[in-house]
Amino acid sequence: MTDIPLLSLAIWLPIAGGLLVLASGDGRNTAFSKLIALVTALFGFLVTIPLYTGFDASSASMQFVELMPWVRDYNINYHLGVDGISMPFVILNSFITVLVVMAGWTVIEYKPSQYFAAFLIMSGLLNGIFSALDGILFYVFFEASLIPLYLVIGVWGGKNRVYAAFKFFLYTLLGSLLMLVALLYLFHKSGSFAILDWHREPLAMTAQSLIFWAFFASFAVKVPMWPVHTWLPDAHVEAPTGGSAVLAAIGLKLGAYGFLRFSLPIVPDAAQHFAPVVIGLSLIAVIYIGLVALAQTDMKKLVAYSSISHMGFVTLGFFIFNPLGIEGALVQMISHGFVSAAMFLCIGVLYDRMHTRNIADYGGVVNTMPKFAALFLLFAMANAGLPATSGFVGEFMVAMGAIQFNFWTGFAAATTLVLGAAYTLWMYKRVVFGDVANSHVAELDDINSREMLILGVLAVCTLAMGIWPQPVTEIMHATVNQLLDHVAAGKL
Amino acid sequence: MNFPLPDFFPASAEIFVLVMACVVLLADLFKSERQGWLPYLLTLATLAGALAIQVGTAGADTTLTFSGMFVDDRLSDVLKSCLYITVFAVVVYSRDYLMARGLERGEYYLLVLFATLGMQVMISANHFLTLYLGLELLSLAIYALVALDRESARSTEAAMKYFVLGALASGLLLYGMSMIYGATGTLEISAIARKLSDPATNMDVLRFGLVFLVAGLAFKIGVVPFHMWIPDVYHGAPTAITLLIGSAPKLAGFSMAIRLLVDGLPTLAVEWQQMLMMLAVLSIALGNVVAIAQTNVKRMLAYSTISHMGFMLLGLVSGVIELRASGDIQLSYAFGSAMFYTIAYVLMSAAAFGVLLLLTRAGVEAETLDDLKGLNRRSPWFAAVLMMVMFSMAGIPFFIGFFAKLAVLQAVVAAGYLYTAVFAVMLSLIGAFFYLRVVKLMYFDEPLDTAPLVASSEMRALLSVNALAIAVIGLMPQSLLTLCATALGQAMK
Repeated sequence: MTDIPLLSLAIWLPIAGGLLVLASGDGRNTAFSKLIALVTALFGFLVTIPLYTGFDASSASMQFVELMPWVRDYNINYHLGVDGISMPFVILNSFITVLVVMAGWTVIEYKPSQYFAAFLIMSGLLNGIFSALDGILFYVFFEASLIPLYLVIGVWGGKNRVYAAFKFFLYTLLGSLLMLVALLYLFHKSGSFAILDWHREPLAMTAQSLIFWAFFASFAVKVPMWPVHTWLPDAHVEAPTGGSAVLAAIGLKLGAYGFLRFSLPIVPDAAQHFAPVVIGLSLIAVIYIGLVALAQTDMKKLVAYSSISHMGFVTLGFFIFNPLGIEGALVQMISHGFVSAAMFLCIGVLYDRMHTRNIADYGGVVNTMPKFAALFLLFAMANAGLPATSGFVGEFMVAMGAIQFNFWTGFAAATTLVLGAAYTLWMYKRVVFGDVANSHVAELDDINSREMLILGVLAVCTLAMGIWPQPVTEIMHATVNQLLDHVAAGKL
Repeated sequence: MNFPLPDFFPASAEIFVLVMACVVLLADLFKSERQGWLPYLLTLATLAGALAIQVGTAGADTTLTFSGMFVDDRLSDVLKSCLYITVFAVVVYSRDYLMARGLERGEYYLLVLFATLGMQVMISANHFLTLYLGLELLSLAIYALVALDRESARSTEAAMKYFVLGALASGLLLYGMSMIYGATGTLEISAIARKLSDPATNMDVLRFGLVFLVAGLAFKIGVVPFHMWIPDVYHGAPTAITLLIGSAPKLAGFSMAIRLLVDGLPTLAVEWQQMLMMLAVLSIALGNVVAIAQTNVKRMLAYSTISHMGFMLLGLVSGVIELRASGDIQLSYAFGSAMFYTIAYVLMSAAAFGVLLLLTRAGVEAETLDDLKGLNRRSPWFAAVLMMVMFSMAGIPFFIGFFAKLAVLQAVVAAGYLYTAVFAVMLSLIGAFFYLRVVKLMYFDEPLDTAPLVASSEMRALLSVNALAIAVIGLMPQSLLTLCATALGQAMK
């Protein structure tokens, strides 16, 4: 183990780079700003690699811990650390940031330095969320990360961006403010803001229930779970491509991560008590939202609904309380990080050329963009959960876990494999296959080398994780088992 | 009769400001045409000098002087230092605005200095009369300042309204004080606190007086239902004066609450905390909800002030006062959170009005929401400044407003008012909407007016420092929290 504060670097390097990009301004030298942005994003990714290579997979405790007093009066510490649950997301986030910076390279014309700065700062804040071990530190990153995305949607978004930006911000703030009260209550009870102390803090059932619902308000909105999902399609549709990609790949994982870090270990008995509710909502998300996705005519909206449906699978996996379920859900989260980002970037590729997201405006894209069509097919298959892609591993594990838990739950969950295939492939068919639909499609250019690089890298990740998921799952075993033992022991 | 000369040393900053106010008056009278900057620089020098004296003479001890009417303690040192810094910023921000409107005259500087002196006296008051004296000096200076623009009917109306209602509030306060004098036989604040434990004291009269004290106080800091003057005066006064009213007097108002209620009537805490709780809850609700309907930024900020002052009161409500056997009082941390909130609010308010002043030019008033449109295209940095202020006021981290809210909410939860905390955060959510709307106008909309911003470099620099303070203290709030805690002589549980 080295003494380099890797997690701090992962957080503050992109933020510092973002401020530098901001300071470089939007004058004549935007190329310079972009270069700083890309270099920072790359370095931000490089510093997270030792987190994987130096990680001790046999241990369930926090690693790479940094602890410094921050606000002594309230016993708030600058306390960072990662375990098998959070470490993959730090890396995933830093990785996606590099791709997003590349994706916006030539597309963003209005104030590019502010755009790139927003993404870099957001990347640092998101890393902060995944590595914070102090309740207030977590909350601070959690809330602060709303600001850049609010601006990204509002400034570079589509026609209805103002509505979408407000809805996104206020919806998420509603949940997190209730969580803040719960955090303060826990501090009042335990005299500490350390999340790990809260894991041990005994709590009566009434208190657990109230805290559970306060956390639920925050995380369910963020996931988002049915019926508080309505902000997501709006946000996705209006956000620029990069915003959608980060929101889908990382933003949605925050809520799920919150369930694992807060709800399950801090209020295990309430979590078990209310698990049927969560499972029910998750199944509604999987089936009903899957059907809703079928009916969409806007590609981005379709992928947004598909994300909600996939995230329903994740929350389902968490609340059936067996190792297959939780590990499967985590794999699903990482896989969805690659696949949904790739789907949005693919739609972005089409949108940059045609300036429409309407499925009906397309048709026969394969004739003019064969390379693109091939990559898009891979991601569509992964989204549908085809074996040998990363989408399959997670869905299969969760479905197995669900069947162990209860046959009919598993049965209902497995319908996602049918629905997912239906809406994704039907969309793919309408957009890509068939005759060239109109003169605009006929004039399309195939993807350039920059786009090829971005999508190619994602394609490799998707396939690699589908064929050989072991490197990802092995780091989770110890942490997940410890979590499940902790939940089973309860606090009453 | 023996009449010893009082110890002037603890009041040296006040004496300095008074002397310098007279110097400014004379300098203004005898300055030549080319020395128009003289009163401005003298005023700034006065405030910087007062700060130096205050910091230089600060000590850990509490000193009483002028027969116990005047107190120099750590609370007064901290609050007065903040006061000088705030007024300094106010004067720098206001100059261009006033010059463009022909209002930059000696009277302005003189009245600002007298208002400062009034606030200093209020902060150091250990006697009801001293407090009243300071309050009236502040109020009279501000009544005149609101009407500084004699040509403007709106300003004059605001000044009249403020004057009439202010006089009524002073009357209420004075009446309350007289009741308390009737019950305890003294006007000295620490003596009143001692009298409270005397079984011979008539508690009914005392409680009766307390009601009027709280009403007067509520009027001065502007909380519901004594808030009527705030939107009209904020709106009617020239923006530079709104900046003054909206910032520094909140510090004095906080000190007034501490001196009157915590120092003066500690054992009646149950009674006044109940009253303040009502005021706080109503203010947070009304301030946040009504602000949404405003199209004028000054009115919107006025309602936001009301909600912020309500939040500050929540800190006072949650405090526990412990009387030690030695006669000292030990205050719980909640009072420190209220003080932190007040200082944070003053910082944010100064920056918010500062940006508004920056947007005005000769003949152009920036005060409707539309004037903020597209600011990001005109000046990315000052759009970022106002954005930081807005997010800070909405209580979003990493800005000072978040820690201010956190400190108060922590105190509220610790005092067991869990549902009050839930109520307060839910209304903060409503409040977040109109702060976000300002950000939306600056960043998402096209500018209506593309003229470049005109402002002196010292104003730009100071405004930038002000905004950075909001961000930096938001990242590292520890030292300010400690300062507030030690100023109030409190201990964490």
